[in-house]
Amino acid sequence: MNGPKGCGVRAGRLGADQYAENFSDAHPPLTWAQASIEAERCYYCFDAPCATACPTSIDVPSFIARIAQDNIRGAAKTILESNPLGGMCARVCPTEVLCEQACVRNTNEDKPVEIGALQRYATDRFMAAGGAPLFTRAEPTGKKVAVVGAGPAGLACAHLLALQGHDVSLLDAKPKLGGLNEYGLASYKTTDDFAQQEIDWLLSVGGIAPRNNQRLGRDFTLDSLLANHDAVFLGLGLGGVNDLGIAEPSAQGLRNAVDFIADIRQASDKSTVPVGRRVVVIGGGMTAVDAAVQARLLGAEEVSIVYRRGQDAMSASAVEQQWAQTHGVTIRLWAAPQELLVEDGAVSGIRLASTQLVDGKLQTTGETTVLAADMVLKAIGQSYIAEPAGARIALKGGRIATDEDGQTSLERVWAGGDCRWGGRDLTVEAVEHGKRAAGAMHRLLMREVGVSA
Amino acid sequence: MADIRSNFLGIRSPNPFWLASAPPTDKEINVTRAFEAGWGGVVWKTLGEDPHVVNVNGPRYSTLLSQDRRVMGLNNIELITDRPLQINLEEMTRVKRAWPDRALIASLMVPCVEESWKRILPMVEDTGADGIELNFGCPHGMSERGMGAAVGQVPEYIQMVTEWCKHYSRLPVIVKLTPNITDVRFPARAAKAGGADAVSLINTINSVMGVNLDTLVMHPSTDGKGSHGGYCGPAVKPIAQNMVAEIARDPQTAGLPISGIGGITTWRDAAEYIALGCGTVQVCTAAMVYGFKIVQDMCDGLSQYMDAHGFQTIEDFQGRAVPTVRDWKDLNLNHIDKAVIDQDSCIQCGRCHVVCEDTSHQAIFYQKGDAGERRFEVNEAECVGCNLCVSICPVPDTISMRSLQPGEVDARTGKTVTGEYANWTTHPNNPSRVAAQMSP
Repeated sequence: MNGPKGCGVRAGRLGADQYAENFSDAHPPLTWAQASIEAERCYYCFDAPCATACPTSIDVPSFIARIAQDNIRGAAKTILESNPLGGMCARVCPTEVLCEQACVRNTNEDKPVEIGALQRYATDRFMAAGGAPLFTRAEPTGKKVAVVGAGPAGLACAHLLALQGHDVSLLDAKPKLGGLNEYGLASYKTTDDFAQQEIDWLLSVGGIAPRNNQRLGRDFTLDSLLANHDAVFLGLGLGGVNDLGIAEPSAQGLRNAVDFIADIRQASDKSTVPVGRRVVVIGGGMTAVDAAVQARLLGAEEVSIVYRRGQDAMSASAVEQQWAQTHGVTIRLWAAPQELLVEDGAVSGIRLASTQLVDGKLQTTGETTVLAADMVLKAIGQSYIAEPAGARIALKGGRIATDEDGQTSLERVWAGGDCRWGGRDLTVEAVEHGKRAAGAMHRLLMREVGVSA
Repeated sequence: MADIRSNFLGIRSPNPFWLASAPPTDKEINVTRAFEAGWGGVVWKTLGEDPHVVNVNGPRYSTLLSQDRRVMGLNNIELITDRPLQINLEEMTRVKRAWPDRALIASLMVPCVEESWKRILPMVEDTGADGIELNFGCPHGMSERGMGAAVGQVPEYIQMVTEWCKHYSRLPVIVKLTPNITDVRFPARAAKAGGADAVSLINTINSVMGVNLDTLVMHPSTDGKGSHGGYCGPAVKPIAQNMVAEIARDPQTAGLPISGIGGITTWRDAAEYIALGCGTVQVCTAAMVYGFKIVQDMCDGLSQYMDAHGFQTIEDFQGRAVPTVRDWKDLNLNHIDKAVIDQDSCIQCGRCHVVCEDTSHQAIFYQKGDAGERRFEVNEAECVGCNLCVSICPVPDTISMRSLQPGEVDARTGKTVTGEYANWTTHPNNPSRVAAQMSP
């Protein structure tokens, strides 16, 4: 049986029009009238708390004042000089726990200035106007840097190095640049191919040579890069997906949430993406929410997020949780997967063990429930795969250990983004990693040519 | 309940809110709608001689907007009525007959020759109008023809025309003054000398609203060219109130009835004008922005305010603020205020700190705690009581001024507050003081 009621994992659960509607922009951009009124709400604080709260230290009051003054290009410049991926960050940053949480307007009104929406307004309008160059590349230094991984960290690093006159090789294992921005985010967060628009702008500064389909450890090695470049930045992301910790028999319907999300992002026609009728997503982060909500939007009838701890422990923000719930996703707390049920080679359900905290330790209570499911998505975190970069890169907590600037244990090698230890795995933090590393690399490279930087 | 009825020059109206001579009072249909809405009176849009003037058929208005797109200022290049005199007179007659309890004032502007005034005044009187207002203020178009502000800027002309009007008419004469002049006391004195029963002010201020930065043409323009217009609305209120106060406290014109005009949008504005001596107030921009209904909110607000303060009639508080308007030299130099920040309602935006630091007296400390918490505190040793922080704080009543009491020590000067009054005229630094003492 086809149509929404059909069991099993199948594509085309909805009418053609419904897909377009479901995957349209989650938060429609502000109009000029809305943006100008919202911009006027900004108090232009001294030593603004919002700017301090932004991992990339965007001068928020300035860019908002420039919007209010109808200087959109100037606003975009303020944003992009601190955060070259400011357009994407405006879409995906958990602003409610970053800049907007710090807004002094919260004190009296519980309603911060909508900094994220304004940031998006400025960058969208700048990009829509053609994204003409805001920055000029410095005179070539003759130095060569390799950036491995074209996700937010690598892109930011490459951009800033190129601006300072270095020649950058940007290598990525995937067919498209962008990393998480291109493959790892829900489609409704970045419509109209915005991720690639932003990359086009970012590369337009010149001096960056992108090389796609180049995988570290397969197509080249760290040593070969070091032999041909003055410095290397590793923005490798997290290539591994954590296991459920129970038997995972090969069965139709059991998938990694990140692959599911990537399939949806890459599908020009969303009706071709198969989804179950009853979907269970295991995990409590943003990936779980993106997978669960999109499963609903693809026509899944029942979607649950199953998380083994309480709501407060979920790494998905309150806004994300609410987003899931208002899209018909049930969040089931204090439940851990115990057994995957399989019938005729396909997932038929999952047995969940109830959990509780005893003296701060998570334990099962002995009670179990069975959720019927024809699709189970794993979203319990990803892990760094260390082998391709080699054993000489020291690790901490399973990820690359660095100093504050991203310098690894290996000379001339920096790292940033999710593969680097520490932080909250936010896009905006990855950008800051790339930015800081670019600064440190620049200082080293200029010291080598005898120029103070 | 407070009695907000008005008796201005013997002209009675159920409330002191009159519509000023302007587009809203141009026609019977508007005035009838205004009276239905509750306006106490109208000053009918200025009558002139036939053949009637002609308006432009392009933009006549333009606005200055606040950050939330409320109208702060309005500019117009309208002229006096562009309808034949007879039609206006007939409509005025009908309206006054239908609304005998409301004030109807005829605004007039004819050439500065006695014959013109002699001709029009009886016609106006025949309409049953309660009084006349001489439009000596219109700053655009008419002034080029030797009328309006061109007359209002010459005290001798004001006196002359006022005398003609008092001679040829038995109606009360209100002289409407232009603000486009250096010292408004001189035209006011001239009006009084000419026998005027009252003055009304202000008329509009010469203004250019802006420039279109794409075309580099002044804004607004008609077919690529613009002309300065008359500015009014909330933005002009401070200018108008100064002029009203100057006339109210000038010994030569003190007691001369005043009809206040300029940015009156709420009952508060009206009450301020009354406290500065006005007997009625005239409104235009607020009606042009919100419609006639707004008079009901003005009347109610005024009435509630009067009840709350125990004022039974408008006269009970009329002019009460006038003695508080003084020359700078009269201010008490021994009085000391210090800013106080209410830490409970402070939202830590830090604007008080940065403006004091950058542009005033470096009198607000900024402290940042280990956890990033922010605190802003007044440093009384530097605070001169300038009120800038109070003026720019976005949260109401969070920064206020505290007056030091006798016996307290001013941390800035180390001197003890005496509570004695002393002003510049007696200050040792004032060279004139010494001169004054030496002269017999």
